Amino acid sequence: MSLIKSDERTPLLEVQNLKKYFPIKKGIISRTVGQVKAVDGLNLTIYEGETISLVGESGCGKSTTGRAIVQLDPQTEGKVIFKGKELSTLSSMELRKIRTDLQIIFQDPYSSLNPRKRIGDLLAEPLLAHKLTDKSEVSRKVDDILEIVGLSKFHKSRYPHEFSGGQRQRIGIARALILQPKLIVCDEPVSALDVSIQAQVLNLLKDLQKEFQLTYLFIAHGLGVVKYISDRIAVMYLGKIVELAKTEDIFKNPRHPYTQALLHAYPIPNPHLRSRERIVMEGDVPSPANPPKGCSFHARCPLAQDICRSQAPALQGDEHTVACHFPLG
Amino acid sequence: MSMANVNTEKDIPLSNVQAQLGAEESYMRMITKRFLKHKLAVLGLIVFCLIILSAVFAPLISPSDPYEISGEFAAAPSGEHMLGTDQVGRDLLSRLIYASRVSLSVGVGAVAIYVVIGTVLGAIAGYFGKWVDMVIMRLTDVFMSFPYLMVILVLVSIMGPDLYNIIIVLGLLGWPAICRIVRGSVLSIKEMDYVKAGVALGYSTPKIVFQHILPNCLAPILVNATFGIAQAIIMEASLSFLGMGVQPPTASWGNMLTEAQSLTVLSSQPWLWVPPGMMILLAVLSINFMGDGLRDAMDPKSLK
Repeated sequence: MSLIKSDERTPLLEVQNLKKYFPIKKGIISRTVGQVKAVDGLNLTIYEGETISLVGESGCGKSTTGRAIVQLDPQTEGKVIFKGKELSTLSSMELRKIRTDLQIIFQDPYSSLNPRKRIGDLLAEPLLAHKLTDKSEVSRKVDDILEIVGLSKFHKSRYPHEFSGGQRQRIGIARALILQPKLIVCDEPVSALDVSIQAQVLNLLKDLQKEFQLTYLFIAHGLGVVKYISDRIAVMYLGKIVELAKTEDIFKNPRHPYTQALLHAYPIPNPHLRSRERIVMEGDVPSPANPPKGCSFHARCPLAQDICRSQAPALQGDEHTVACHFPLG
Repeated sequence: MSMANVNTEKDIPLSNVQAQLGAEESYMRMITKRFLKHKLAVLGLIVFCLIILSAVFAPLISPSDPYEISGEFAAAPSGEHMLGTDQVGRDLLSRLIYASRVSLSVGVGAVAIYVVIGTVLGAIAGYFGKWVDMVIMRLTDVFMSFPYLMVILVLVSIMGPDLYNIIIVLGLLGWPAICRIVRGSVLSIKEMDYVKAGVALGYSTPKIVFQHILPNCLAPILVNATFGIAQAIIMEASLSFLGMGVQPPTASWGNMLTEAQSLTVLSSQPWLWVPPGMMILLAVLSINFMGDGLRDAMDPKSLK
């Protein structure tokens, strides 16, 4: 079910028809009265060595997708196939083993580090838990990884609260990196940092990718951050991918009205270049508990026709896929 | 890795400052500092330490053998017997000192048992949720709805009123409160990203629960345990007062009070019941003050 055909690249991760529903419970016997369809039929193929970004506004299911991929919140339906193995069918032992190749970096650097553990122990723990390294080697490896992410070995005896947000995020990156994974899901790794630190962390991620041949699934809520780091961008709306293309295609030639609206929301620093008319979206994202019939974007779409209200468009196209009855361009 | 190196240079001056501050302000030190600012808590700690010391060194400091009949019956305090003698003629001060051993071991022993049971059950209920949580929490409700003193009386009378049985019975019945507290903490902590990170890193479930979650709910457990010690001491005193506690001739503060059940003793021989009553009061108050201080010191919101 690969959406982008490519002969020379090998898929590392395939997500097939991923669905994640959260039950809405009510009453004293907690009867399920409905479901929040956080992710509703998502297909995605990630190739080795690329950075693919998942973009969309709050509540569109991008973090849920990331968490389902690393099996933190297992999916309701669908398959996550990593290195040829379907993750939900693995035993807990096999899953634990495969997790060494599949890591996640969290959004909030303040809650992602255990406040009771020193940085040295925090980083040594994964190595010891998987018995991947000789005990004598562990300390040296921790020193190495700290240096790689721009910290020093004298930081090892410190507790997380003694670091700044940017430093903590780099510790989080070091922790994800120390098992030498193949794929790292970056769940808005820079959203909680201020802009100057954002650039540092993004550069670090880029450098690490070159050095360790990493593959990233990069989750972000704006296109700005993503432009700089990704090879391909997938735009999500209400639990589905609405457009997926190479970064430059998304920016130069957006085909989905939602992508276009997102691009218009991305500020242009130079006032002389601000000649374009701006499209500002009206209204809010519909509730994922009660998604609209037809195209999920039709209520906010300036181009909506009758067919949009009755029929959901499928993703179409080879290199540049879009789910829209009346694609732009 | 040029960028990373640039970052390092930028951060080092900052982190050196943090290093100096950070080394001094480690978590335990911060708590100790805050605890020491709490005057009543420090007073409680001193009194409690004195009681522990007198219990440990009882043979050295007690003036005579607590079981030896060495004077008149129920004699008033005098030079020979500083707190007088009891109704059998044993030295009251010595009995008071030896009794602290019983009361403290009941307090610490019972609490140690129920903290372990409550913490493990609470952690399991909170972490696994679903039907496991249901079963454990309903069990807690059942235990909490027992008429506490009645059940203890019945169990002790079945098992025999001996020091170890009392510790075991109090320990086996006291866990529900801690179980609920731990479950609540675990429920909130298991949603933290660092626990999720532990799962993503492929740690085993026991490792996540015992090394990542439980250390972070230590504060409420510790506070509850200190108050629990005070409660257990009172409970032992009540049991002994009712005659179901530690049996004579072994002295406990509670069974020394039993002797005050007669009106003559209450009205005309205060040396028989005031000292053990005072000791219970002192021990419980000092522990409660310590618990208060500990709770304030461990509360991150009380920033001082």
